[in-house]
Amino acid sequence: MTDIKIRIENLYKIFGPKPKSVLAAVQDGMSKTELLEKHNHVLGLKDINIDIPARGISVIMGLSGSGKSTLIRHINRLIEPTAGKLLVDDDDVLSMSKSELIQFRRHKASMVFQKFGLHVHRTVAENVAYGLVVQGTAMNEAKSQSHKWLERVGLAGFENHYPSQLSGGMQQRVGLARALATDAEILLMDEAFSALDPLIRTDMQDVLLDLQEELHKTIVFITHDLDEALRIGDTIAILRDGAVIQQGEPQQIIMHPEDDYIFDFIKDINRGRVIKIGTLMAAPNNNVGPDIDRNMVLEDALQQVASSPTQECNVVDSVGTRIGSISLTQIVAGLARPDVEATPDARYR
Amino acid sequence: MEFFTEFPEMERGALRDLKKTIDQNFREFSREYGENIENFFDPLLWFLAWLQDLLVAAPWPLVILVIAGLAWLGSRSVKVVVGTILSFLAIGYFGMWEDTMATLAIISVATTVCIALGIPLGILMARSDRAQALVTPVLDVMQTIPAFVYLIPVVMLLGIGKVPGLIAVCIYAIPPIVRLTNLGIRLVEKEALEAADAFGANYSQRLLGVQLPLALPNIFAGVNQTIMMALSMVVIASMIGVAGLGVPVLRSISNQYLALGLMNGLAIVALAIIFDRVSQQYGERLQKHRKGINHD
Repeated sequence: MTDIKIRIENLYKIFGPKPKSVLAAVQDGMSKTELLEKHNHVLGLKDINIDIPARGISVIMGLSGSGKSTLIRHINRLIEPTAGKLLVDDDDVLSMSKSELIQFRRHKASMVFQKFGLHVHRTVAENVAYGLVVQGTAMNEAKSQSHKWLERVGLAGFENHYPSQLSGGMQQRVGLARALATDAEILLMDEAFSALDPLIRTDMQDVLLDLQEELHKTIVFITHDLDEALRIGDTIAILRDGAVIQQGEPQQIIMHPEDDYIFDFIKDINRGRVIKIGTLMAAPNNNVGPDIDRNMVLEDALQQVASSPTQECNVVDSVGTRIGSISLTQIVAGLARPDVEATPDARYR
Repeated sequence: MEFFTEFPEMERGALRDLKKTIDQNFREFSREYGENIENFFDPLLWFLAWLQDLLVAAPWPLVILVIAGLAWLGSRSVKVVVGTILSFLAIGYFGMWEDTMATLAIISVATTVCIALGIPLGILMARSDRAQALVTPVLDVMQTIPAFVYLIPVVMLLGIGKVPGLIAVCIYAIPPIVRLTNLGIRLVEKEALEAADAFGANYSQRLLGVQLPLALPNIFAGVNQTIMMALSMVVIASMIGVAGLGVPVLRSISNQYLALGLMNGLAIVALAIIFDRVSQQYGERLQKHRKGINHD
């Protein structure tokens, strides 16, 4: 279906003095604790296989220490892997020479950081122009680009301020503008909004989604926040102890968590605001109820379905074709928090 | 028992021979290469002599005007400029003008040499842990070994004069600038550097665009310290033939001239304070991003 922009295959990262010497043991399945106790090496990433589709937002989620920040730094090789393959547009990033890598970082992939990573000695405008200046873009061009992107992130007029004069949210807008200004196809966002307070965070997510609607970048977004992942992610991969334990579309992960760890993750979310009608619908049955969009979340659909005479509605896609039906019972079942005590089967459906 | 009460020393004759051999070898070395080394330092000597002659020969009001102008460019502070002018007027009035000019010349040249050598060395140390491990003990020795001890080989090699004096001053004054350049670069925030890397900065873009500008406060503290330490070497340098305010101080020590010693000593203090204030405020002004309302 969609084309793959970044392909990560069998990627391993082991931290320690002699990572190669313990690689074979790890590949044979040695656990993180055993590796630390027996060989004094830390397992960072273990057999990562992820395909990141072009022009979408791929979220990589995990708690701290799960290796997510390590993983994203492999994509532009800020961290060298111990073993594995990493292809971007079928180019092997790991075999790039130093100068090829510099060109790759200048033109192909830009990055937004959790702690912003702004240069405090440069003005806001100079920070945004940084990637362009490093590329060797002429000063005038860099300046006008910088102005343009500052306007896009809502910071026009702050050109001559220094980062320390801005609030956290504004600083991260500068970080975002800096990453967008280089016109790279890939945007790597390492917990970009995690340091911001909740309201500002939602704000920044909107800014990102708005921009993405128009720019269609390939975005790799790291977060530890499930709500954020569900809100912006087209696909989600969940990382634990350096290994991917589940990846797929957000709806699929909520409906079918693969193990108890993920189940624990999703049990506290507001299902009514996350699960979409399209996820729960049954086969079309042309009932008498009104048509509702497949992307409507349960909470919004509830009233319409409840007030329909048969307590059913028809589900339609974006062009209005009926693709399924939904009943009140299905919605209520979907809303119900899966019980921890229930049998695995009941728990997951 | 004797083993514990008498230290098992090296045999006296052997020790004497060892010292003799070292002295002999160094003497031969200086006979062989002394002239080459002297020639190597010729441009420095020429520049120092030129600067000193210029300062002495120029009309005094012009010199004061230029110095006051530099003080203004550096500090942008009326107080510092007025203080500078008054100090130099007093120095001239009490008959220390020429010595002060000589000291000013050697301090300026020594500081320039220290910065030109010290900053690159500091950068090298920041870049490689091995270089740091190698250079740090050398700097420790340079700072703690009594100046008279390294004056011996310098004088043996180059004789008495301006250049050996300059070298002695530099040996003593260079460690702070090296150390603080190294420290400043190492203290640069990891995030700022990682961002530079992620946007594809090459080595010189990293160094000139991120590391040095962010290390500037520390580097400036180093320059300031280097100047202060160079000034404190003025008296010792005068022992090996460097003209300047140290000469009368030395004379007043051997002859117990209290007033002469005090006046020249105070002139050194005045120079130190002027250099310190100007260089510090210049360093601060380069950090304009640190001003203003700061978040977190």
